[in-house]
Amino acid sequence: MRKKMRLLTSLLALLGSFVLVASACGSSDDSSDSSSGALTMAIVAPSASDDLAFSQSMVDSVNALDREITLSITDGTFIVEEAAAAIRGYAEDGIDVVIAHGTQFGASLAEIAPDFPDTTFIWGTATDTQGLDNVFAYSPASDEGGYVNGVVAAAVSANGKIGVVGPVEAGDAVPYINGFTTAAEAGGAQVSVTYTGSFGDVALAAEAAQAHLANDADVLTGTAQMVVGAVGVAADAGVPWFGTQSNQTSLAPDLVIASQVYHWEVVLEEMLDLRDSGTKGGKAFEINLANGGLVVEFNDGYDLSDDVRASADAAIAGIIDGSVNTGA
Amino acid sequence: MGDFFTTSVLVATAASAVRLATPYLLAALGETIGQRSGVLNLGVDGVMMLSAFFAYWTVLETGNMWLGVLVALLVGLMMGVLYGVITVFFEATQGISGIGIFIFGLGFSDLLFRQQVGTPKPIRRLPNIDIPLLSDIPYIGEPLFQRNLMTYAAFALVPVTVIVLNKTTFGLNIRSVGENPQAADSLGVSVERTRFSAIMIGNAFAGLAGAALVLQLGIFQPHLTQGMGFIAVALVYFGAWKPLGVMGGALLFGLVNAVVLQWKALGIIPVSISDLAGMAPAVVTIIALVLLARRVNAPAALTKPFIRS
Repeated sequence: MRKKMRLLTSLLALLGSFVLVASACGSSDDSSDSSSGALTMAIVAPSASDDLAFSQSMVDSVNALDREITLSITDGTFIVEEAAAAIRGYAEDGIDVVIAHGTQFGASLAEIAPDFPDTTFIWGTATDTQGLDNVFAYSPASDEGGYVNGVVAAAVSANGKIGVVGPVEAGDAVPYINGFTTAAEAGGAQVSVTYTGSFGDVALAAEAAQAHLANDADVLTGTAQMVVGAVGVAADAGVPWFGTQSNQTSLAPDLVIASQVYHWEVVLEEMLDLRDSGTKGGKAFEINLANGGLVVEFNDGYDLSDDVRASADAAIAGIIDGSVNTGA
Repeated sequence: MGDFFTTSVLVATAASAVRLATPYLLAALGETIGQRSGVLNLGVDGVMMLSAFFAYWTVLETGNMWLGVLVALLVGLMMGVLYGVITVFFEATQGISGIGIFIFGLGFSDLLFRQQVGTPKPIRRLPNIDIPLLSDIPYIGEPLFQRNLMTYAAFALVPVTVIVLNKTTFGLNIRSVGENPQAADSLGVSVERTRFSAIMIGNAFAGLAGAALVLQLGIFQPHLTQGMGFIAVALVYFGAWKPLGVMGGALLFGLVNAVVLQWKALGIIPVSISDLAGMAPAVVTIIALVLLARRVNAPAALTKPFIRS
C-alpha cells in the first residue's frame, strides 16, 4: 500500500508538472509554414501571449513581420528561472532569433548570450545591450502615447479627477504614467497614481480602480497585464478608460477611448535586416510615434468630440516634431 | 491623511476590504474543516484556479452566473474526490500531494484557458444586492449589506461552520479524527469516511472561492489567484482553526490591503515607497502568525495519515 501511495503521489506531481509545462509551451504558434529557409524565431514572454497587453504586443508584432517565419512561443514564464531555461533551450535548439520579452530577463541573458554567438537575442524593454554583440535591445517611448492619452483624458474628465493603476514602478509603466500625468495635469486635471506592486494581481488592480472611483475619479487608465480587472471596474461604473501596450477596446467597447499600441515590428524589421547583413546585435532601438512603432488607436465606438480628437492629433504632431515635451 | 477620514472614503475602504476578503474567507473556511479533520491541503490555490476557470468559461458560454457557481462547486468536489483518494485511501503524504494538486490546477486551468478562450473576454460581474433596511444603516450599511450573493454566502457560512463543527455529531467526528484518529476509530467512527467528507467540503468551499473571485472581477487570466489559496491556508493558522478567527484574519488581510490601496490613491503613501507598502498585508499576517503560533495548538493529528494498527 505504501509503495502504491508513493507511486500515486509521484504520478500526480508528475501529471501536474506535465500539464504546467504543456500549458507554458502549448501555445507554440507557426506564423507561417515551416518550410526550409524560413527564419526561426522564438518569444519568451512573462504573461499570456494573448493578454491584451505586454506579451500580446510582441506576438502580434512578430506575426506582422513581412517575412517567412517559423515562430515558437513560451509564455507565462513569470518565474525568471523558467524563462532562462526556455531562452537557453531555444538557443540550444538552433533557433535563429530568440526574443526575451521582459526587462527581468536581462541578467539571465547576460549569462546565456555569450554561449551562443551565432544566435541573435532580442531583449526588452531595455535601453542597452549590456555590451553583448549578439543582443539587440528595444524599448518603447511609452511616455509619448501616455502624453496623448493624458491630453484626451483631461479633456473628457468632467470633474478633473483621474486615476491611474500601475503595476510595479519599473519598465515602460513609469514613462507611460509620467507622460500621461504631465499632459493631464497640464490640462488642469488632478492625477492620482496607484502602483499595486504586482504585474499579475487582477483583484488588486480592480480594487485600486475602486479606490480611485471612491475618490471621485471619472476617468481611469492603467498599464500592464493585470489591468483587465481595472477595466472591468471602469466598465461597471461607466467611466472612460485609456489603454496601453495593446488595443484594449474589446474589454469595454463603449468606454475605451484610446489605446497606445506597441508595433514592435518597426524595429524588429531593422534588427532582422542587420542580422541578414551579418550584424547579430550590439544596438538598442526605440519605438516611438515618429517611427510608427507607437500608434494611438482611437475607438470608433466612443463618441469623442472633434475638438478633443484635434487636440490629440496636435499633441501627436507636436511630439513628433519635438515641440511638445512629454515630461518623462 | 484628512481625506482618508471622510465618510465616503472610509465606507469605500470597508467595502473594498469585504470584497477582497470574500474569496480568502471561503477558501480558508473550507481549509479549516479539512485541517480540523487532520488533513492539510496545500492544493487550495490550484482548486481555486481550476474552479475559477470553469466558472468563467461556463458564464462566458451560457451567460448564466449561477450555473457558473454550480460548475465551480462541482469542480471543487471532483478535486476533493481526487485529493481524498490520494491522502485518505492511499495515505499519501499530504504536503507533497497538495503541491501536486496545486500544480495540476494551475497548469490545467492555464492550458484550458489557452485552448478554449485565448484572449481575455469580460463576463457579467455579480451584481450587488441591497438588503432592505440593513443596507441603509449609516457607515456599515454599504460595506456589509450592499454586497453580492457570494459575499453574503461566505459570511453566512461562518456561523454554519461553527455550528457544524461544534454542535453536530459530524463536527464532533471531524474534531476527533483530527485530534486522535486511533481513539475515534476505536469508538466506531470511520476515520476514512469522516476525513474524506471533510476534504470534499473543504474543496467545495475552495471551488466557491474561485467562483467568487472570477465573478467579482468579471474576467479570467492565467494565474488569476496569485497565491490566494496559500494565504487561505495561512489564515487557518491565523484564525487558530476556528471559523470566527479565520473570518477575522480574512477581514484583517482584506482591510490592510484596502487601506494601503486607498492611501496610495490619496497620495498618503508616496509612489517612492509604494512597492514597499504593498508588502504590508503579508507582513501583518506573518507577524500575527508568529504571535499566535506560540499560543495555539494545531489539531494533534494534522498531516498524519491514519493507519489502523
